Amino acid sequence: MHDKQYRVKVGLATCGIAGGAAKVYQILKDRLQESGIEVERTGCIGMCYNEPLVEVIEADGQSYLYGNLEPEDSLHIVDEHIEKGKPVRNLLVLGRSAETDDQTFLEKQHRILLKNCGHIDPEEIQSYIDADGYKGLRRALEQMTPESVIEEIKQSGLRGRGGAGFPTHLKWGLTRQADGAQKYIVCNADEGDPGAFMDRSVLEGDTHSVLEGMLIAGYAIGASIGYVYIRAEYPLAIRRLKIAIKQAEGKGLLGKNILGSNFSFELFIREGAGAFVCGEETALLMSIEGKRGMPRFRPPFPAQKGLFGCPTSINNVETFANVPRILHLGASAYNQLGTEESKGTKVFALAGKIRRGGLIEIPMGTTINEIVFDIGGGISTGKPFKAIQTGGPSGGCIPAELGDTPVDYESLKKIGAIMGSGGLLVMDEETCMVDVARYFLSFTREESCGKCTFCRAGTHQMLKILERITQGEGREEDVDLLIELAEKIKAGSLCGLGQTAPNPVLTTIKYFRNEYDAHVKEKYCPAKKCKALITYEIDPEACTGCTLCARNCPVDAISGMKKEAHVIDQSICISCGLCINSCKFDAVTVSSKPKQLV
Amino acid sequence: MKQATAADLRTLAQDHPVFAVKEIVDKHIESKGAAIPILQEIQNVFGYISPELLRRAGEFSGIPVNELYSIVTFYAQFRMEPTGEHLIQVCHGTACHLAGAERITESIQFETKAGPGKTSDDGMFTMEKVACLGCCSLAPVLTIDEETYGKLSPEKVRKIIKDVRRKNPEHSASKGDNESA
Repeated sequence: MHDKQYRVKVGLATCGIAGGAAKVYQILKDRLQESGIEVERTGCIGMCYNEPLVEVIEADGQSYLYGNLEPEDSLHIVDEHIEKGKPVRNLLVLGRSAETDDQTFLEKQHRILLKNCGHIDPEEIQSYIDADGYKGLRRALEQMTPESVIEEIKQSGLRGRGGAGFPTHLKWGLTRQADGAQKYIVCNADEGDPGAFMDRSVLEGDTHSVLEGMLIAGYAIGASIGYVYIRAEYPLAIRRLKIAIKQAEGKGLLGKNILGSNFSFELFIREGAGAFVCGEETALLMSIEGKRGMPRFRPPFPAQKGLFGCPTSINNVETFANVPRILHLGASAYNQLGTEESKGTKVFALAGKIRRGGLIEIPMGTTINEIVFDIGGGISTGKPFKAIQTGGPSGGCIPAELGDTPVDYESLKKIGAIMGSGGLLVMDEETCMVDVARYFLSFTREESCGKCTFCRAGTHQMLKILERITQGEGREEDVDLLIELAEKIKAGSLCGLGQTAPNPVLTTIKYFRNEYDAHVKEKYCPAKKCKALITYEIDPEACTGCTLCARNCPVDAISGMKKEAHVIDQSICISCGLCINSCKFDAVTVSSKPKQLV
Repeated sequence: MKQATAADLRTLAQDHPVFAVKEIVDKHIESKGAAIPILQEIQNVFGYISPELLRRAGEFSGIPVNELYSIVTFYAQFRMEPTGEHLIQVCHGTACHLAGAERITESIQFETKAGPGKTSDDGMFTMEKVACLGCCSLAPVLTIDEETYGKLSPEKVRKIIKDVRRKNPEHSASKGDNESA
């Protein structure tokens, strides 16, 4: 039996569990039950591409991270590493003698905000306290006035991490100065951008940091009540929030006279009901008030007249999570990181056609190429890097040529994109940019609340135009029409949803005009994605007549005798692509020929 | 103060649906902006919000039914019709879209005969397209009865649906992409 004491941790955030971590956790727990080693639970370390992940820490602190585990692999790790002291090299992704290049995934990152994610147990407050937790709050309550807290945030240069980048200290200062006996703090955890999971990961992996940030904000602006408005689609984050609130109350960190001061604070959770527009602050407030989430005209700003008519400061999850770090490290240490205008770090959800997708944290000013190639390890398909999309449906597509652009609020704005809340979608040559624009427009069309005519009807018209372009029925004037509509929607919409909805279309037209022209003028989809513009065929030389494709075809368009070359009937084929997926001999090919011309 | 749990309410709802609605309303009505939490809990307990349940909720809470109706139709979470035995949610987030979510949706439709937003004739499956499940590195992704399956292909979908048909609703946590198992 082993003579060293080991620690074993399993990453149990949503994506880990989806990758099979819960099973691994259970197996390890059962297997190690008698050894006295407790299997610890932790959040997301960010290497989503390697899930499920298990960390083994030796008595001297040496850490070994195992990834991509099948359930039986975890038993193998116990047998070899824990029983015999021999790390299982072929399963290692990080640590001494690991054979992978995963180290570079972490090297370019700078993890201040995520320092606890994947290391502490988010369901144990003591685990957070041991990692310097609640020191920021203690410093605020014991050594600082509310004004000096706001001044410290000002010195840190912290700007809203929800995407717009509004200076946090201004929001807090205005709410503090506003008249009103009752004030509120609201945490916007309605992470609605498709392709974004930063806030979820922070809430699941380091729950108390968000609570601590809200408490400090409450103290700074003079609020006694806080709400966390969180998507109902995040059940694990909600569960951990509830646990965290209970534990904080138990320790006197939430409730009346916190840490013996005269500051009291209560916290409530409100579950969102699935409306993207509720990420907009005035719509979010309407939703907490129990109404339809329709944005309203500003001013008055929420800082003056917010929740239930009272002064309210609304900040994003990541913004709040930064606050305890700033107060603990001190503003002068925090603002060393980043660029002149954008201080600190930013968390991104890196996904799409990338080798190492996951949760990353970088100092502001890191370039796109560094993210894609150094951290992300390049394109997963091996095809050339084409573009990166930031900011979800409100953001833009940045072409590979602009890969040297530093990621900060101003630089991204200059090239037509936005920082956004942190979704980074990597696209390769096989991605059709017109289809990407169509995808985002179908999303915003669906999510427009309908209040402003240009947003409601304009996005619908833009979508119709984009649909006909992808179907090979685009007209000569369509691209100009899209631009004109886009400008009008931006000008004629009340809230951020409408004002930014055209961005994906405008940036793809700006940087990938040739693809629009190919669709419109030549009825040709360069990426071979748009169904109406491609043709599937079977290469009679390569086809072995195994009949698999014919059996998989949902519309019976494929015919042929056993052991003879098969043929696709183009008049029946719906271009679903199931045949190309099922063929084991690469005999099915796809070409850029419009179906009607075959 | 002891509050009824969701399980208590579900039991109550089977024999006395109206009492269950009353309990739910009473549980939330004191807090500000109670309408959405009330409707969320009704859906949680009953699986959907029928016109009758909506009418009762209005009656007990004093919130006009038209206001409740406007909320139910605004938010994507609420459904006014029951789902099939198994709820399949197909992620259509950006990463999943790039990875072929459309193809996955189609293959589910072929397998279950339930189109997007619809329930199959045999009442076995309801399929929904959802915005983003937040497991982008496992794209394309779907959930069946809240269990997540990742790195999907049409073949894998076929296998998953077959397994669900074969087994009964209870699943153990299992890995989405373990074809070897």
